[in-house]
Amino acid sequence: MPGDQFPVTHWSVIDALKSHDPAEQTRALDTLCATYWKPVYKYVRLRWNRPAEDAQDLTQGFFIELLERNLLGKYDPGKSRLRTYLRLCADSFVMNQEKAASRQKRGGNASHVALDFQAAENELVGTTIDPASIPSPDSLEQFFEKEWIRSLFALAVEDLHKVCVGRERERTFRLFEDYDLSGDPEISYEKLAAEYSIPITDVTNALSWARREFRRIALDRLRELCGSDDEFHREARAVFGSETV
Amino acid sequence: MKFIPDKAVDRLRQNVNAPDLTGTRYQLLERVARGGMGVVYAALDETLDRRVALKVLDVPIADGELALRLNREARVLARLEHPGIVPVHDVGTLNDGRVFYTMKFVEGQRLDKHIEAVASLPDRLRLFLRICDAVAFAHARGVLHRDLKPANVMVGAFGEVLVMDWGLAKILRGASGNLPEDDPDATILYAPKFADAPGDSTQATEITGQGTVLGTPGYMSPEQSRGDVAHVDERSDIFSLGALLRFLCAHSATQSHPNGAARRDKALEAICAKATDNDPAKRYANVSELSADVSRYLDGLPVSARKETLFDKAARLYRRYTIPILLIAAYLVVRTLILLFFHR
Repeated sequence: MPGDQFPVTHWSVIDALKSHDPAEQTRALDTLCATYWKPVYKYVRLRWNRPAEDAQDLTQGFFIELLERNLLGKYDPGKSRLRTYLRLCADSFVMNQEKAASRQKRGGNASHVALDFQAAENELVGTTIDPASIPSPDSLEQFFEKEWIRSLFALAVEDLHKVCVGRERERTFRLFEDYDLSGDPEISYEKLAAEYSIPITDVTNALSWARREFRRIALDRLRELCGSDDEFHREARAVFGSETV
Repeated sequence: MKFIPDKAVDRLRQNVNAPDLTGTRYQLLERVARGGMGVVYAALDETLDRRVALKVLDVPIADGELALRLNREARVLARLEHPGIVPVHDVGTLNDGRVFYTMKFVEGQRLDKHIEAVASLPDRLRLFLRICDAVAFAHARGVLHRDLKPANVMVGAFGEVLVMDWGLAKILRGASGNLPEDDPDATILYAPKFADAPGDSTQATEITGQGTVLGTPGYMSPEQSRGDVAHVDERSDIFSLGALLRFLCAHSATQSHPNGAARRDKALEAICAKATDNDPAKRYANVSELSADVSRYLDGLPVSARKETLFDKAARLYRRYTIPILLIAAYLVVRTLILLFFHR
């Protein structure tokens, strides 16, 4: 039954961070960190024009602060999206950076997510974003949203790769990479069929399966990052909705 | 974590969002529009070799609530077999779990675009009457539209007028017919608050029950604006029709007066005012009464919405019988002149 393909509802990170179980809190923070650390880092670099080293400290300190001050406990899904709330929290955290720095020293690294700042820095260099071009709150929100979607997709692609390897569908993943991730406008099903020496229908079916899985995985991750069903619906539209078509 | 460039993110979003039609009789052609809770694509029905419009939810929902609602939208439409309402062909579920339905592909223009080419007020009013016919039919079948506005009316290439997007429709109490699970106070369908394209203030908003809001600002009745679901009935659609009539008249007046000074006919304005009265009890009781008044206006007859003064009556009769009156006047002038000439 097609409906069965959808993931079961996972415990939201918001609820998990409110729990009294330290292991559950760390898991939730890891999930949150994995998706948001790059958007937060890039945002701090661009919005606050901080040098890379400062931005690294601030990014790490921000996630510690989230946990220590129970900032997510104050989050109300009815009032705003989680990513908007986090962005505003990041703003106020940077404004109080001295306090944040001391917290970072006290708290240490509570998350187990490896933060590859060099990779983030390289990505930032590769982008064409001009800090002067993002002055308005709307454009800041758009920038943060774009980075957040990129981060969510990158994690979903990693998960998809694992699924493909687990099911011995590496070729499917390579087709998906070549067609959907390359950004090459010249690529076509015919070219891929010729390159892999398979019928076009195999390409069609493989891509169809990979997209379905990717969508399922991305939505699964997204659901974890939302505080309510309503927010999940809205964020799913933001990620996969018609605005993007 | 692999970096995904902007172009690849866009391509991925586009490809992943497109409905997966493998295993169905349809072939995806292009995206054509966006409705309250889904996206409409042009698709080819390969079995019948014809173009259809395919509406699909733009997000898969695990709890199935939206899927149920889209399914019900299709069934609401299916019960409304009328030349002014787009017919549904098929309903089903895609491989990716999203519910879809197909309907007639209407080639034409939205009313707000089409109307720019219709300068004549009577032509616009005749068009309005055809919208009223479709809505009156839906009301007779126990269905409220609840989001009537120019953007939700299509005018086809051969002049056919179709009321579209029944995504916010409501089944009236005691009229559920083949939809036994209907909750008369619940919204049939869902149009999320944040679903719409940025900057489009005419898009519908959401309702989930008493106290929340459904409709489009400017075309939404006061009871809808208040979220007073219990008091939303046929007269709420009449309010929207009144707003739509005002749009047609104002647009016509503005076009014929380049300085923007809209010349309003008092009788027409009275019809609009009655239809859009804040108090539902003071509006037309049903769509037939509204369309009858507009028809009377078109025929140069007095309208029920306005009590005529002697001057109004004279002006109306003059408009209705302009040529005979002018001929009689000319005859009398000539006759008078002849008499004066022979009495000198």
